[in-house]
Amino acid sequence: MIRSVPRSRLFDALYLGYLVAFFVYLALPLLVTAVFAFNDSPFPSLPWQGFTLDWYLADGSAGRTGLFHDDSLLGALWVSTKIAFWVTLASVALGCVNAVLFERLQFRGKEFLYLLMLLPLVIPGVILGVSILVFYSGTANEVSRLWGIELDVFRPGMPLVVMGQVTFITTLATLVIGARLRKFDRQLEEAALNLGATPLVAWFTVTLPWLLPSILGAAAMAFLMSFENFNTTVMLTGSDTPLTVALFNRLREGSTPVLNAVALFLMVVSALLALFTLRQKGSG
Amino acid sequence: MNASASRLSLWLLLTPFLLWIVLLVLVPHLQMLRVSFQVRESWDTLAWGLEQYQNFFSESYYWRTFVRTGVMSLFTTFLTLLIAFPIAWYIARLARGRSKGILFLACLIPFWASELVRTYGWMILLRESGLFSSWLQALGWVDGPVEMLYNDVAVIIGLVYNGLLFMVVPLVTTLDGMDENLVEAGYDLGGGHATVLREVVIPWAMPGIVSGCIVVFMLTLGSYLTPILMGGKDSAWFTEQIFTQFITRFNWEQGAALGVLLLVLSSLMVWLGLKLTGQSLRKVMG
Repeated sequence: MIRSVPRSRLFDALYLGYLVAFFVYLALPLLVTAVFAFNDSPFPSLPWQGFTLDWYLADGSAGRTGLFHDDSLLGALWVSTKIAFWVTLASVALGCVNAVLFERLQFRGKEFLYLLMLLPLVIPGVILGVSILVFYSGTANEVSRLWGIELDVFRPGMPLVVMGQVTFITTLATLVIGARLRKFDRQLEEAALNLGATPLVAWFTVTLPWLLPSILGAAAMAFLMSFENFNTTVMLTGSDTPLTVALFNRLREGSTPVLNAVALFLMVVSALLALFTLRQKGSG
Repeated sequence: MNASASRLSLWLLLTPFLLWIVLLVLVPHLQMLRVSFQVRESWDTLAWGLEQYQNFFSESYYWRTFVRTGVMSLFTTFLTLLIAFPIAWYIARLARGRSKGILFLACLIPFWASELVRTYGWMILLRESGLFSSWLQALGWVDGPVEMLYNDVAVIIGLVYNGLLFMVVPLVTTLDGMDENLVEAGYDLGGGHATVLREVVIPWAMPGIVSGCIVVFMLTLGSYLTPILMGGKDSAWFTEQIFTQFITRFNWEQGAALGVLLLVLSSLMVWLGLKLTGQSLRKVMG
């Protein structure tokens, strides 16, 4: 069924109907989530009671606490931001190094190491979290039992969450940056070397600027993936809960439009980040 | 560059990679495997044994959930492929110019929201006080509120929704590179729609199909939020049991064994998928 092969009217109509149904299916859940963030009713359901900004702005005096006055949610938002920051930093740095390693150098066992690099993509997120918990937290327990030394870094908490997320986000960053490095014309670098630049100067003045769009793209992606991650995070989190886990706990207690408000807020932030990434791709 | 300098740069670049892969992937997984063969005799003595795995096979609740999770994940993957293929075909081959880019972007939009937000959206739509129920009542098709959440169909709707992007993108990428002359040749040689699809299009799209199926299967098998929040009392998911062992019961040995089993299942399916279709992980993922 390609453009040059004739199709019947009925087939075209059915195909179009299917497309429309598909995109409605895609948009509907997000649309209703967004809309009910502004419904003036204590439950996110019909009937529509009128427009309100209470679920963002209410300060708790009228029995409603909006997102911007909800200290536990704001705290969780801040925890998630800190985690995402460190994950982005670590996984993009590792991704750059890995990309150069696999795209530029030749060494024995490269093919095998490349497969190892892909491995975190085919391990379920829950298992990544569990294995890190078992190893690091278990080690901390043993050390405490045998020598009485407390390794609090390895107890469930922010450092472990960062480690767990870096595990798989590094692979994604490596793939994004590596794909760009593959397209790089090495003659540019050789020209810089011929003109008297040291390898380090050539790297920073020629290669790195070329890679920059993909580095920024990988950073945006890493931040988003970290911020939204639940499966790995939930196994490793300690007393300072990140936003997704806090939202999940709220949701189990019952839903209020504040959850819609947070959801919409997250969607807008993600959309902005995604647009930023697309622009980088477009200009690069 | 002389030999020693290039050796040095190799090691400088290799060290961070090895630290990452050894400390965060290999050692933790080996430790998980080790713990799964341990049996706790008292609070500080451990013995070696297969008890955790025996529990899995003797408690029907464990292996039933395991099989259920695997079968439902396979079904979800297949359904996602069926739903995504016509869409990917339209975007790659039939849409022109701007509409092509816009439709492709529209496929990506749901994934600017996290899995939690997407699941929450479906809960608002499907539950008893939800939108579908209200609309059906307003239309007069039903008398009272209808509960459409908390059953297997709801879980599959949510799981397919989560997987679609990861199916559409690889399919569009492979179908985009297809030469239309191949399809025309198929028709010219007397093939019908079904024959051309089977003999020309599907073989060409195979790398995309395999890569999409692997990712969707992995995501579905390892998903936690959607089955928990949208499933009913009887729709247990295997990740939930792992979570219970670790977080609620502090039974790490049992949890580790269940984790190993899930990992074995997912690796086996990925390996089978690659073998049966003659693809390699590098081609499909990298």
